Amino acid sequence: MNEQPRWLNVFNDLSTSSFVDVLRRDHPHLLPEVRLRPEDAAAVPHGTTVLAVSYRDGVIMAGDRQATAGYQVASRRIEKIFKADDFSGVGIAGAAGPAVEMAKLFQTEVEHYEKVEGDNLSLEGKANKLGQMIRMNLPMAMQGLAVVPIFAGFDAKSAVGRLFKYDVTGGKYEETNFEAQGSGSKDARDSLKKLWKKDMTRDEALRVAIEALIDAADEDVGTGGPDFIRGIFPTVRTIDKNGFGDVPEAEVRKLCEEIVTVRTNSGNGA
Amino acid sequence: MPLPYYVSPEQMMKDKAEYARKGIARGRSIVTIEYGEGILLLAENPSSLLHKISEVYDRIAFAGVGKYNEFENLRIAGIRHADVKGYSYSRGDVTARALANAYSQALGNIFTQDIKPFEVEVLVAEVADGNHGSKNEIYHILYDGTIEDEHNYAAMGGQADEIRRFLKEHYREGLSLAEAVQLGVRSLNVTQNKTLTAKDLEVGVLDRTKTRRKFRRVGGESLAQLLGTTS
Repeated sequence: MNEQPRWLNVFNDLSTSSFVDVLRRDHPHLLPEVRLRPEDAAAVPHGTTVLAVSYRDGVIMAGDRQATAGYQVASRRIEKIFKADDFSGVGIAGAAGPAVEMAKLFQTEVEHYEKVEGDNLSLEGKANKLGQMIRMNLPMAMQGLAVVPIFAGFDAKSAVGRLFKYDVTGGKYEETNFEAQGSGSKDARDSLKKLWKKDMTRDEALRVAIEALIDAADEDVGTGGPDFIRGIFPTVRTIDKNGFGDVPEAEVRKLCEEIVTVRTNSGNGA
Repeated sequence: MPLPYYVSPEQMMKDKAEYARKGIARGRSIVTIEYGEGILLLAENPSSLLHKISEVYDRIAFAGVGKYNEFENLRIAGIRHADVKGYSYSRGDVTARALANAYSQALGNIFTQDIKPFEVEVLVAEVADGNHGSKNEIYHILYDGTIEDEHNYAAMGGQADEIRRFLKEHYREGLSLAEAVQLGVRSLNVTQNKTLTAKDLEVGVLDRTKTRRKFRRVGGESLAQLLGTTS
C-alpha cells in the first residue's frame, strides 16, 4: 500500500471548519443518537406548527408554543424558532428532543465555521448543511423520531429573504412565498395560501403569520393557540437586512387579541 | 548502535528557549488594554486578511504573536475546545481559565518533548459578564507553557518590555474605547520609528454592551474615528 505523505493530511482534513465533523471524529458520543421502539415514539413530545412567510424586507418565522405527546400536552411554553446566526433562523417541527438538539448543533456549526474561517457561510451553504444534518437523523426518523425543520434567512448577496423546506431524507426545497411544517402545517398553509400577498409590509406579514397559526390551532389538536389565561403567545421573529430580530410579546399579544375579536364577532370563528 | 551525543538538559532547555525567544522577537507586538466597557486587543498587523486576533466564544477572545501557522493551529484548537465544551455543557461553562490552562499544557508539552519549540505567545481574554463578582480576565501564555494572569493591560511580541513600561506609566482605569485605542497605538509607537496608522492595525474588542457574542472587529471608518484621524 502506498501511503500518502503526512503533509497531505492538511488538505484532506476538511473538518477544520465543521463542528459536526470534529464531533464525529473526536467526540462521537456527543452526537445525538437514540434507540427507541417505533411504538414508543408516539409518547415522545412532538413540536407541532412552525411557519415562515416572506415579505417586502425579508422573512418572518413563527411557531406555536405547544409540544404534544400523544393526546397530552407535554409543554405549553416550548420555543420552536431558533436563531442560527445574525441573518438566519431555524423553525423546528417533529420530535422535540432531537429537534431542539439539531437546532443547537446547527447553530454551533454555523458559528464554528464563522469563527474558524473568519467569514460567514453563504445562506445556500447553511441550508445545505442543515439538509445533511436531517439526513444524519434518518435512522432516528425511521424509529418515529423525525425532525423536519424549516430554514429561513436574509441573503446578503441578493438582499432578499429566502426560505427552505426539507423532507425526512434531508431533501431541500426552496420556497418563494411561504411554508409551514408540523402537524398543523396543512391548515397553516391553507390559511397562508388565501392571505399571503406579494410585497407585504412587516405589519401585514405579521398578521398573516399569526392568522395562520391561529387557524392551525383551530383545526389541529396538537397545535396550541394563543393562551390568554396563562399569557402564552406564539413566538415570532423577523429576519431582514438588520438581522434576526424579536417581535415584542406585547405586540404579538395585541395582534392575537385583535384577530380573536374579529373572529368572535364573525359568528363562525373564521 | 551508536550512542547519541549527550547534551545536558539545562543546555537543551536554554537553547530551546533562546530559539523560541528569537523567533518571537522578530515578530510584531500586540497589546491588550481593559477599558470602561470591555477589553481592547490591538495588534500591529499590515495584513487585513491574516488575523492575529480572533473570537473564541461568547466572552472570550484570542491573540497570538510569533509564527503564524503555529498560533493559527492553537487558535483553531481553542475554538474547538470552547465549542465542544459549550455544546456538551452550557454556554456559560466555557471559561477563559480552562482554555488558558489547555494552552499552557499544550505549549509546555511541545517545549519539553518536541525538537523545535513553538515560537509563539498567546493571550486569552474574557470580558466580565456583568454578574456580581465577575471580573475581566487576561491570561498570557509563553512559548514554554508559562502562564501569567495580567491586570489592566498586557503586551507580548517583539519589544513587549518597552511597551509594558509605557503602559505602566500611562494606563488609568475607566478609559473610553477611543482613549484605549489611542493609548495602545502610542504604546506600539514607542518601539517604532514610524507612526502607525489605521492601515497597520488590527483591532478587536470584547464589548460588554453587546448581547451574547461580545467580540467585534473594529476597522475602516470606525477605527479612523477612534484614532481621531478622520479628515
